Amino acid sequence: MATVELKNIRKTYISEEIIKGVSLTIEDGEFVVFVGPSGCGKSTLLRMIAGLEDITDGDLLIDGRRVNDVGPADRGLAMVFQSYALYPHMNVYQNMEFALKLAKMPEAERRGKIEAVAKTLQLEPYLKHKPGQLSGGQRQRVAIGRAIVRNPKVFLFDEPLSNLDAALRGQMRVELATLHRRLEATTIYVTHDQIEAMTMADKIVVLQKGIIEQVGSPLELYHHPRNLFVARFIGAPPMNLLQAHVIAADEQGTRVKLVTGQSVTVAVEPRADLVGTSVTLGIRPEHVRLGTSDVNPGQGVVLLAEHLGALTHLHVRISDGHDIIIQTEGGDALTADAPVAFSFPPEHCHLFDQNGVAMPRKARRSLAA
Amino acid sequence: MAVKRSRGASIAIGSLGWIIALWIFFPLFWMFLTGFKSEVDAIATPPHLFFRPTLVSYAEVFERANYWHFALNTVLISVGATFVAILLSIPAAYAMAFLPGKRTKGTLLWMLSTRMLPPVGVLVPIYLIARDTHLLDTVVGLAIVDMLTNLPITVWMLYTFFREVPLPILEAGRMDGANRWQEITVVLLPLAVPGIASTALLSMILCWNEAFWSLNLTSSQAAPLTAFIASFSSPEGLFFGKLSAASTLAVAPILIFGWFSQKQLVRGLTFGAVK
Repeated sequence: MATVELKNIRKTYISEEIIKGVSLTIEDGEFVVFVGPSGCGKSTLLRMIAGLEDITDGDLLIDGRRVNDVGPADRGLAMVFQSYALYPHMNVYQNMEFALKLAKMPEAERRGKIEAVAKTLQLEPYLKHKPGQLSGGQRQRVAIGRAIVRNPKVFLFDEPLSNLDAALRGQMRVELATLHRRLEATTIYVTHDQIEAMTMADKIVVLQKGIIEQVGSPLELYHHPRNLFVARFIGAPPMNLLQAHVIAADEQGTRVKLVTGQSVTVAVEPRADLVGTSVTLGIRPEHVRLGTSDVNPGQGVVLLAEHLGALTHLHVRISDGHDIIIQTEGGDALTADAPVAFSFPPEHCHLFDQNGVAMPRKARRSLAA
Repeated sequence: MAVKRSRGASIAIGSLGWIIALWIFFPLFWMFLTGFKSEVDAIATPPHLFFRPTLVSYAEVFERANYWHFALNTVLISVGATFVAILLSIPAAYAMAFLPGKRTKGTLLWMLSTRMLPPVGVLVPIYLIARDTHLLDTVVGLAIVDMLTNLPITVWMLYTFFREVPLPILEAGRMDGANRWQEITVVLLPLAVPGIASTALLSMILCWNEAFWSLNLTSSQAAPLTAFIASFSSPEGLFFGKLSAASTLAVAPILIFGWFSQKQLVRGLTFGAVK
């Protein structure tokens, strides 16, 4: 198993810089997820690690060895492609055998390895089938099997679940996470789906326009987004963001006034220079408190109530042109047009300055909370 | 791609298809019939639809010329030219499909544009080159010229077929440790077999029917079937019976070959049009 280190990696296509200096250390056995909107460069970054794209500038180290100029096969990596990329003219057995054959592994050893992997992935009945005869989930498993038999130092996954339907995706997510726990292999996983990122990652790397916005554990990113982009991107439904302006900054924190007229004191490091400037207040839907309150009470009207069963998402208009989402218990009987009272518990509020950068909290919340 | 059409439209389109097919097929059919007519029947106006079939023309054709000599030359030239053209086109098309550069599109267009040049425009230089390299009237010489004239088409066709092969499959091969040679031979070519087959088929047909270079660069030793037909057209006026018999003999093999491989050919020529 292996560590992967990216040192100021850059990629330029023709004259456009796609990856603008990415530095990152991936520890041995870690499950790292690259996440971001399409076009953020996450797939390009993965392909550069794989050796399928040249690295314009910077160093890529695997186990401390610089591999910029090493061919894809010699980097000791295995990749699972979004389209699975199985060899259509070979059966399942031959698909898994291909790399081993090229590596000149003896026949008996190949057979042993493939049979073992086929067993763990429940592919035994299909070894003689061609990929065209398999379902999406089975093809996915063959693609994973093809990677596992090679016993690679690092597994690379390029949006492997995006071609599957929702139910299968959930199931494969669990399988992949379980597999990772069993193999303890360093894994780099690219997705645009933040749920996949949150559920599987040890460490999430949020990318936007070729730069890293934030690196951290899923809960770290959830509770302490470093900027507005991460705050918006992580979490579903997304964090409520409201315009506010700073009216005071003292040792209790920063006091802001919202467009609704509510004022909230958020426990972030006070900065006197921000008084009078506009900032953004963020609060997650599950943290908005319903009901009357003494602290910054607000009033609104329910536009839409989405009853998900266990939970309910209330879309609430709090003033002209400003809507928020409030997540409540599933039993909540509120329906459209009902008036609601709510409040923003200050301990759950985030503040972002004019540049969208999160203002540091005075005390960090325990991530387990 | 199922398009719903009304019954009337279906009939109209079907009829149009038949009319065009018959229009194209009729000359061949007429040639076939004329081959079995006596020379008198063959030149009769109005043409005799009912006549006593005879094999006289065929007998005379076989008597006067060594059909098998010409046929063998045609087979050697067509197969040879096609084989070499495919062999050269595969790496060229691979490079253009998977490692395109700034000038790939331009190169492709330029290659195709050479097909727009009337062959007679380069007759003199090619003739002189063939003469000086002692390739006049040789199977090898004509095969080289046929191969070169078909190369733009075979490269283009293979290029479009290769473009249909999903790149990730080749990349998976690279990740699995395939070098360039293995990537092409073990991963790409097996996937492109239908495309390669129809490209080869088309090249065969083009070589088989090629007349201009055959007539100008060969005389007796390496003369293919097109020269064989031509030899019946001029020397003693027009003997339609013999000419038709010779033509039928010349086109029959490729026609039968084409008939058996039509599935492959149609699939090849419409490949990529429908996913």
